[in-house]
Amino acid sequence: MRIVVNIEKCTGCGQCVESCPFTSIEIKDGKAFINEYCQLCRACLSVCPEGAIIEILEEGDAVETDLSAYKGVWIFAEQREGMAAPVAYELLGAGRRLANELKTGLSAVLLGSNEEQAKELIKWGADKVYHCNDAIFDKFNDEPYSQMLVNLIRTHKPEIVLAGATPIGRSFIPRVAARVRTGLTADCTALEIDKDSGNLLQIRPAFGGNIMATILCPNHRPQIATVRPRVMKRGEYDEGRKGGIVPVSASGITCRTKVLDTIKEASECMVNLQEAEVIVAGGRGLGKPEGFKMLEELAELLGGAVGASRAAVDEGWVAYSHQVGQTGKTVCPKIYIACGISGAVQHLVGMQSSDIIIAINKNPEAPIFDVATYGIAGDVYEVVPLLIKKLKEAKA
Amino acid sequence: MNIIVCVKQVPDTSEVRINPETNTLIREGVPSIINPYDLHAVEAALQIKEKTGAKVTVITMGPPQAEDALREAISMGADDVRLISDRAFAGADTWATSHALYKAIEKLGYDIILCGKQAIDGDTAQVGPEVAEFLNIPHIAYIRKIEDVGDKTIKVQRLMDDGYDVVESTLPVLLTVVKELNTPRLPSLKGKMAAKKAVITKMDMNAIGAEAGNVGLKGSPTQVKNIFAPQSKVDRKMIEGSVEEQVEALIRELRGLKCV
Ligand SMILES: Cc1cc2nc3c(=O)[nH]c(=O)nc-3n(C[C@H](O)[C@H](O)[C@H](O)COP(=O)(O)OP(=O)(O)OC[C@H]3O[C@@H](n4cnc5c(N)ncnc54)[C@H](O)[C@@H]3O)c2cc1C
Ligand SMILES: Nc1ncnc2c1ncn2[C@@H]1O[C@H](COP(=O)(O)O)[C@@H](O)[C@H]1O
Repeated sequence: MRIVVNIEKCTGCGQCVESCPFTSIEIKDGKAFINEYCQLCRACLSVCPEGAIIEILEEGDAVETDLSAYKGVWIFAEQREGMAAPVAYELLGAGRRLANELKTGLSAVLLGSNEEQAKELIKWGADKVYHCNDAIFDKFNDEPYSQMLVNLIRTHKPEIVLAGATPIGRSFIPRVAARVRTGLTADCTALEIDKDSGNLLQIRPAFGGNIMATILCPNHRPQIATVRPRVMKRGEYDEGRKGGIVPVSASGITCRTKVLDTIKEASECMVNLQEAEVIVAGGRGLGKPEGFKMLEELAELLGGAVGASRAAVDEGWVAYSHQVGQTGKTVCPKIYIACGISGAVQHLVGMQSSDIIIAINKNPEAPIFDVATYGIAGDVYEVVPLLIKKLKEAKA
Repeated sequence: MNIIVCVKQVPDTSEVRINPETNTLIREGVPSIINPYDLHAVEAALQIKEKTGAKVTVITMGPPQAEDALREAISMGADDVRLISDRAFAGADTWATSHALYKAIEKLGYDIILCGKQAIDGDTAQVGPEVAEFLNIPHIAYIRKIEDVGDKTIKVQRLMDDGYDVVESTLPVLLTVVKELNTPRLPSLKGKMAAKKAVITKMDMNAIGAEAGNVGLKGSPTQVKNIFAPQSKVDRKMIEGSVEEQVEALIRELRGLKCV
């Protein structure tokens, strides 16, 4: 496919120039000219008032592959020290929904770990678990993980494969996509099925969270995506769910890297923040480090943890380990209370899938109110102390 | 020893905003920079060079303007550069980008390949590992420290969610690096002079020996369907009244949620 300008029709009005997200259109000699920055995103097609920008199909555009041979939704269940990671259960939740919509099955791939964990995956929604308990998978190494998954994909031909956008998933899944010659969409925050084509719509932030993009992989299978942890909801746990465990062999798998040592460094706060049911977060609006003392008190009353915007961290009022957002943690508590946070996209991407968002901000126009379940336009130093007082009274 | 560093020229995303009416990026006046993570990759290469006398070649795939990124790399101390550029490369996703880089790297010879953790425009972090797979060499992602570079092996620290792993690999190897690894140096005066004078060698599709079906848009399995502004507006549910009333109402809601 190519995007071209019909010079006859083009009036050189320049509207397309502004519409282009990649600054790939210039006006040359009074006509629009598309340079090599063009990413074929089609944004300009609809803005041209003259209909002068058109899309031309070229030979070889429609690749003939038998896509119908690929069936079923797979999730990769990563494990650390034998335990399936929480993201595996979130993927089962997302995968179940997609499988139901496509009227197909849901399978999990578990490399390393034990049969107990494989059974757990079934209770959380898998119909089938491909399990290889070879010791080569105990520690994470990219080559054996990718070789094994490639083998399984080639043999069983799933149509969709999801993995966690964790250091593990984001490291070895690209090798799998390169090898089976298919598309891979990184760090998705939403997944849907296109009603007409049945293709997977993979939605993800780009440009540092400033825009969202919908990515398709129309002519290759499987469609592979890594999915941001703590964004998808877990499926239903069902003690009685039945499923099959398919043991697979690691014969022929090789490895040229070796994990010599594993060092744990997780700070307590990090763990708290990501597991907390309630997070009380503060931003620049607190104005001073003492504001966080107040938030700590509120968090303690609600049995929660303290989060922060980058601005508050940059001011030095609170440690980086508390930062929520693009360059901090992604959290998904039941309740997120944002105090004096404006709601910049980079902050929102880290917390907007919280169940309930309560925003307290002086400025009634602050963007944080757009994502809030409940908003209070007011001063944190009036609202929060009163809230603390009343909660204490209620407890007494 | 030959070290290859892959760098990408990107728009400075901290200055990119979206136009809410048209759902497109406003890139007016947004400067192009070397992807910040890639500067750390260049620095790591230069440090290995200082220890072992390795040769550092910096490559980029991009439009002719990406030459600026290569000149900057020379000013930091790179020995050689290649601009991998061809109209046929336009519209490449990570598969087609890595394929072109792999074809070029194969022509150059390598012991260590360094990439940034991810590019700040697409944030995919996929190109490094994909290049390694095409070359059929091991890779280690998210390197925060290079402990030891030997003749046949390398020992590094790989950042994980809950700490780090110490990993050893045979050479050749591809590493992707995070910011904690080092502090990129500033160009020296001598470097700047060299950068100005340098003749930038280009490699087009023929030079790297790639097929049209494997590069650019044609070689890309993924397509960008559309882009849009991040947040969907919901109805603002403001709690009105005096502070007292607001707090009372909030506590009622919290009770309803069994949180109090
Ligand atoms: C690449 C990149 C990555 C980033 N990553 C992150 C990230 O991970 N996390 C993150 O949070 N940010 C991140 N940012 C920064 C982000 O763009 C914002 O700058 C930041 O989130 C703003 O923090 P804030 O809301 O606390 O401060 P401000 O935007 O200054 O907002 C303060 C708010 O407090 C309100 N206020 C002031 N006084 C009071 C009062 N007494 N009572 C009530 N309200 C009051 C004001 O009305 C205002 O809305 C990133 C930016 C970039 C470019
Ligand atoms: N066009 C390119 N030219 C050279 N290197 C690239 C290119 N695209 C990506 N890279 C390298 O791959 C890394 C990851 O990029 P990405 O997968 O786009 O996030 C970058 O930090 C670069 O080192």
